[in-house]
Amino acid sequence: MGNRVGIIGVGQTHHAAKRLDASGTELISEAVSRALDDAEITLDQIDAIVVGNMDHFENVNYVDMWATDGLGACMKPVFKVTTGGTTGTTLGACGYYHTGSGIFDTVLAVGWEKNSESDTQAAIATCANPVLERDPFAGAIGPLATEYSMYMSVYGATQEDAAIVAVRDRNNALNNPYAHNQMKVTVEDVMNSPMLSFPIKLLDICPRSDGACAVIFAAEEKAKALCPRPAWVHASVVRHDYTHFGDLEWQWMPTLERASEAAYKLAGITDPLNEFDVAELYIPASTCGVKWMDSLWFCERGGAPELIRKGTLEMDGQLPVNPSGGVIATNPIGATGLIRVGEAAWQVMGKAGDHQVLDVNKALVTGFGGCSWSDVMILGADLP
Amino acid sequence: MADWKDEVEEIVFDGKICVPYSWTVGSTLSKWYGIMRDDAEIWANRCPSCEMVFVPPRKKCIYCYEDMNEWVKLPGTGILETYTVVEHPEPGVYPRETPFIYGIIKMDGADTGLVHFIEGVEPDKVKSGIEVEAVMSKEREGNLMDIECFRPVD
Repeated sequence: MGNRVGIIGVGQTHHAAKRLDASGTELISEAVSRALDDAEITLDQIDAIVVGNMDHFENVNYVDMWATDGLGACMKPVFKVTTGGTTGTTLGACGYYHTGSGIFDTVLAVGWEKNSESDTQAAIATCANPVLERDPFAGAIGPLATEYSMYMSVYGATQEDAAIVAVRDRNNALNNPYAHNQMKVTVEDVMNSPMLSFPIKLLDICPRSDGACAVIFAAEEKAKALCPRPAWVHASVVRHDYTHFGDLEWQWMPTLERASEAAYKLAGITDPLNEFDVAELYIPASTCGVKWMDSLWFCERGGAPELIRKGTLEMDGQLPVNPSGGVIATNPIGATGLIRVGEAAWQVMGKAGDHQVLDVNKALVTGFGGCSWSDVMILGADLP
Repeated sequence: MADWKDEVEEIVFDGKICVPYSWTVGSTLSKWYGIMRDDAEIWANRCPSCEMVFVPPRKKCIYCYEDMNEWVKLPGTGILETYTVVEHPEPGVYPRETPFIYGIIKMDGADTGLVHFIEGVEPDKVKSGIEVEAVMSKEREGNLMDIECFRPVD
């Protein structure tokens, strides 16, 4: 374990399909300015910056160079991070590592993406091995569709179970002014939406958004001095696996099982459903919001559909998941994971506005990328 | 080392994915390019804190992180600070036929350099420190090529 670290400020843009009013650099400055305002500090008090996006989504390499004015990074240590969908949560991990190491007191983590500037699906297809699996298995939906297809046949989960998750996240987003998709939907709406790739339908899947998010991490003494109620980092764990799509374990998610198990151990969590007060989970498709619940140790393998049907993870359930509306409502890819970190921090800090869950002491955060990497972060109101 | 190609034919795949890109220029550069297109003028903006004048203009001062809301019109002249003469052709990458000159112009009234083409001077006659002026394009579309080039002041 490193030193204790607290999150003291969070800022995000208003996310949309197309932010024609702002360049990528300007989205970054919008998020950074809001995070500094949220923490009530100025850029002088930031010791180092980590920034991330997916270069090939905008075809602009070296964001750490050309977006310096948006970042406020001039003459500061700045590091770029790119790990696919997990970019945002890896930025959170890096913000934590930088401060937890004792080397920097205050670190600004910034994730952003301007998906409107390219064809995300074509760009994301380049993650697949070009000489083996890209032709038949490229794109964001394929791996998620095939894993749920297997989960349905093995455990009896249904498309309606996934639709319940889509309805939960989409309707939660109505309480979040920053969310991209703001639409009230029903299970019927989801079930009747166009099939994209069996069993995933249009309303099951995340959008592609323009947006940015910034989160400020501070070492213990600094955090106590600057913030009345920091969100303390209790654990931050990253797990990548060996990946060819044909070899992956599709029935459960090994990286999420291992990452959450390790994080729970660090944070002393033995009964996650009871001990967490809120969760901001990287659920890119509603199907993942069913299947991956097994791998967070919320239930036995195959138990997730029952949790979903009982409403355990609804706003008024035992563990509210994605009060912000989650990834299904908002997905500026390089920022998406960091928004989970920021939203969970706001929940702990009591700053989540209309989607605030009452009395949050412990919050769970996940990130998903590649296929299939998992990041897990645990935040708490008490010192770890 | 035995050459495996004696027994096996080497195989190379061509990529098929073509990604179309576009870039939102944002609030600051929309204004800059708009003025350039509509009025054939080059403007800059000044930091209210350190008073540094940037061209191209910035949303935030790189040094102070202040909003850059003060705009100033530049006369269009400047000094060629440094340059190169490109001789080796790179079709598809370079926008001009070789040989051509590009350089960094420190425009009068600004504190930063602008990158652009230098024309109206033979490659073997160009040198750092010469006075240059912007030549605006006749057909302007709201991009950097609305400045056709910089050329030496007579």
